[in-house]
Amino acid sequence: MIEKNLIIIGGGPAGLAAAKAAYDEGERDILILEREQNLGGILNQCIHNGFGLHTFKEELTGPEYAGRYVKEVVARGIEYKLGATVINVTKDKVITCVSEAEGLAKYKAKAIILACGCRERPRGGINIAGSRCAGIFSAGTAQKLVNIDGYMVGKEVVILGSGDIGLIMARRMTFEGAKVKAVVELMPYSSGLNRNIVQCLNDFDIPLKFSHTVVDINGEGRVSSVVIAQVDEKLNPIMSTAEEIKCDTLLLSVGLLPENELSKMAGVELSPITGGGIVDDDMMTGVEGIFQCGNILHVHDLVDFVSEESDLAGRRAVAYIRNGKISKDYVDVSATGGVRYVVPQKISRQTDCATLKLKMRVANVFRNKRLVVEADGEEIFSKKRPVVAPGEMETISLNATHLDKIKKASKVVVSLKEA
Amino acid sequence: MKKIIIIGAGVIGCSIARELSRYDASVLVLESNNDVACGTSKANSGIVHAGFDAKPGTLKAKFNILGNPMFDRLSKELDFPFKRIGAMVLCFSEQDFPALTELYQKGIKNGVEGLEVLMGDKVRELEPYVSDKVVAALVAPTSGIVGPYEMTIAYAENAYTNGVSFEFNKKVTSIKQSGEWIVECEDGSSYSADLVINCAGVFADEINNMVCDDKMKIVARKGEYMLLDKTSGYIAGKTLFQLPTAMGKGILVSPTTHGNILLGPTAVDVDDKACTSTTVEGLNDAFSKACMSVPTFNKRMVITQFSGLRAHNVDGDFVIGMSAKQGFYNVAGIESPGLTSAPAIAVHVAKEVAEHLALGVNADFNPIRKGIKQFSTMSDDEREKAIAENPLYGKVVCRCEVVTEGEIVDSINRPLGARDLDGVKRRTRAGMGRCQSGFCTSRIMEILSRELGIDMQDVTKFGKGSNLLIGRVK
Ligand SMILES: Cc1cc2nc3c(=O)[nH]c(=O)nc-3n(C[C@H](O)[C@H](O)[C@H](O)COP(=O)(O)OP(=O)(O)OC[C@H]3O[C@@H](n4cnc5c(N)ncnc54)[C@H](O)[C@@H]3O)c2cc1C
Ligand SMILES: Cc1cc2nc3c(=O)[nH]c(=O)nc-3n(C[C@H](O)[C@H](O)[C@H](O)COP(=O)(O)OP(=O)(O)OC[C@H]3O[C@@H](n4cnc5c(N)ncnc54)[C@H](O)[C@@H]3O)c2cc1C
Repeated sequence: MIEKNLIIIGGGPAGLAAAKAAYDEGERDILILEREQNLGGILNQCIHNGFGLHTFKEELTGPEYAGRYVKEVVARGIEYKLGATVINVTKDKVITCVSEAEGLAKYKAKAIILACGCRERPRGGINIAGSRCAGIFSAGTAQKLVNIDGYMVGKEVVILGSGDIGLIMARRMTFEGAKVKAVVELMPYSSGLNRNIVQCLNDFDIPLKFSHTVVDINGEGRVSSVVIAQVDEKLNPIMSTAEEIKCDTLLLSVGLLPENELSKMAGVELSPITGGGIVDDDMMTGVEGIFQCGNILHVHDLVDFVSEESDLAGRRAVAYIRNGKISKDYVDVSATGGVRYVVPQKISRQTDCATLKLKMRVANVFRNKRLVVEADGEEIFSKKRPVVAPGEMETISLNATHLDKIKKASKVVVSLKEA
Repeated sequence: MKKIIIIGAGVIGCSIARELSRYDASVLVLESNNDVACGTSKANSGIVHAGFDAKPGTLKAKFNILGNPMFDRLSKELDFPFKRIGAMVLCFSEQDFPALTELYQKGIKNGVEGLEVLMGDKVRELEPYVSDKVVAALVAPTSGIVGPYEMTIAYAENAYTNGVSFEFNKKVTSIKQSGEWIVECEDGSSYSADLVINCAGVFADEINNMVCDDKMKIVARKGEYMLLDKTSGYIAGKTLFQLPTAMGKGILVSPTTHGNILLGPTAVDVDDKACTSTTVEGLNDAFSKACMSVPTFNKRMVITQFSGLRAHNVDGDFVIGMSAKQGFYNVAGIESPGLTSAPAIAVHVAKEVAEHLALGVNADFNPIRKGIKQFSTMSDDEREKAIAENPLYGKVVCRCEVVTEGEIVDSINRPLGARDLDGVKRRTRAGMGRCQSGFCTSRIMEILSRELGIDMQDVTKFGKGSNLLIGRVK
């Protein structure tokens, strides 16, 4: 058994930012375990522009953004292992890892940061009927085949779901000479960023059909067509509106799911709404010394916020390593009235933070609202929001005054109210 | 040496091939798909039926009862997943007690052992997630579950290593007799044989009708399923059937050998015998009926759906035996309990065929087949050893099911190995987990391309026409 102070599982933007922050906080005994052959996580396949506007005040591609953090990590001499898949994590922070180079290795850590990212929801998860032929890909799988491996996956494409990866792939496939016939979205709004709808669809005249879904897939060897139909308010397809679209490819961009297999093994309590862990203001889960950040915690649309959140997790993990177990008592933070969830879900009354960011997503598109934080019914924070949408994460920055009020309260609620 | 052709590489064709490899003969299996277990044998409930359901006196009852007890030994010999977990037939109304009793009696008549009727509370004691509406159940401890494609593959590999040949992408289009049998395939190839065995599943009528005057009609009866995530595995310990009522035959809820939960199948006759697509109505029907047995089901537990076609012989029973044309042998209409019956059918058919052709024994026959070493079920010590022996066991490719590159390479290079993505999936479970191959597709494609020495663009999902890529990017 190899002992380490801090082990970070996942070398994507979350893991890298956490490692850098932990180092800068003074910790030297850090190990990053990454199962791929490169650091950088999902960003390696996101070759488009648009990363880093918040962090670096410039527009970088995914690999460029990841590259900056990789450089920081390498410059600090932080140890990392590639091709190293963690297959088990226990409550006592024992990690089992396998790799081609080192076989099966066991580590014991003082603190663990889980930064495993997320995966895409598959076809099976949304119960689309039809043929089970080739030509149906999740958008991220297609993105990897096109951007990393250099192969085209189809000529005539329909995309189900308007998540960011789907939108970006609509543009990418068009650049490569494919015809994207439609992006079909079940909801009356998109789950992607507005800027992606403009830059990836509108600029290329790709139709976006809201309140529509795919009701059937045809094809023997490969997809030959899909049937789409409008849905009613209960999201049930209206079959009289069915329309067949000839295509050889169906891409699915129907949601991302935080990857919490290891968290479950370690006994981390998960939120049924985010699918990620339930954490406190230190990004610590219910299991002492196990932290989460990035897409494993909740799905982010902007990597800049991943870096920011992970920076906090890295620093607080070091504090935990130094101070050991601190008894905390918590104020629960809950979401209601149009807000789906808030992270963190609890704030410690002992917190010594001067500021804290609450991150949240709303349940629908709303106009002219205020985002409101109430402590025991008293409004302690309010922010005007002309438009909010499920595709864009909302943030509330709390200062010391807010936090003082929160520490004294028995519960905190975040909601949307009329402006 | 006598030449035998088997048409169809489902569980029936492959099990017969294996039993025939005990004899001294030249056996060839012709299969229209790219792999074994691509027909009904890959998409069914995977239940080793106890045998209370079949009508006494039929071939279905006979071979079910003979087949069931063979699984314990066979699954060890051929190394495929099998568990004798028992089954319950749930009864939802006191009015149906007579039907439950009748089923019990039928079971006794068929010779099923250990049958017992339990009242509702006792049922829920054993299976706590069963609906409050259940008033009683027939319990059959000898019922089991099997990995149907693993079983078929295991039979095929063992047959192959004992000398049977397999040819894929060989769709039989005509059979003629001129001294010996001449079997012709769609691609123009033809093969001769002393005896032909028809194991063509839903298409067995077409094969029969090429030869026999006594025409056969097989209807394809579709059954649709939903498969739930392993995290729902706690829901049922035994296979839960519903008592057939005036409302229909009912839907089963069963654990699979890998710890998922299966719901289904529906039963709808379809015209297109090649069509295994799922339908909105079918899936909804399966789901809502399954909720009668276990009310806490939630669609969010579902990770995939599929459907299979029952080869329903309009005359009702299995057709097993030499046709009126000597040398043309039918094993047709093998619907449920076909999987359960396969081991017994195979022994029976091989014996009849050997007698007919006066075959000697194959002195080199080896009944043992070893499957792929599964990383996910190993202890840490075993894992360490496996990686030390083959470092590729340290490279996890499928995250959800924890399948390593070592296993995938083995699945391709072993006897009668995988040649496409679905073949790798059925042999290793790579891509069968909750992400349904989102992460591992491109990695497995690379491995297939490397090991088979083919271009990435020629890698398919399940053979001809199912290519995943159309070319290079610009
Ligand atoms: C396809 C896609 C497109 C996106 N597009 C944009 C965009 O245009 N602009 C933008 O700002 N943001 C975008 N994002 C969001 C942003 O890039 C992600 O939120 C960010 O990459 C998340 O970082 P992460 O470190 O949490 O996860 P990841 O980048 O997914 O990294 C997780 C890492 O953990 C490793 N790992 C997981 N489990 C294990 C294990 N058991 N053992 C070892 N290693 C493990 C994984 O291999 C991976 O490298 C996109 C996200 C996705 C998924
Ligand atoms: C919904 C459903 C549920 C079931 N559940 C159970 C159960 O729980 N327990 C149980 O015991 N049984 C069950 N069964 C029955 C069992 O699955 C079948 O009896 C068994 O799989 C039949 O095997 P087979 O080899 O006859 O057919 P198949 O597996 O269909 O094999 C026939 C093969 O012949 C090939 N073929 C066809 N035509 C040609 C041609 N012209 N040339 C070359 N090759 C050809 C096909 O490609 C195919 O591979 C179920 C069946 C269904 C559909």
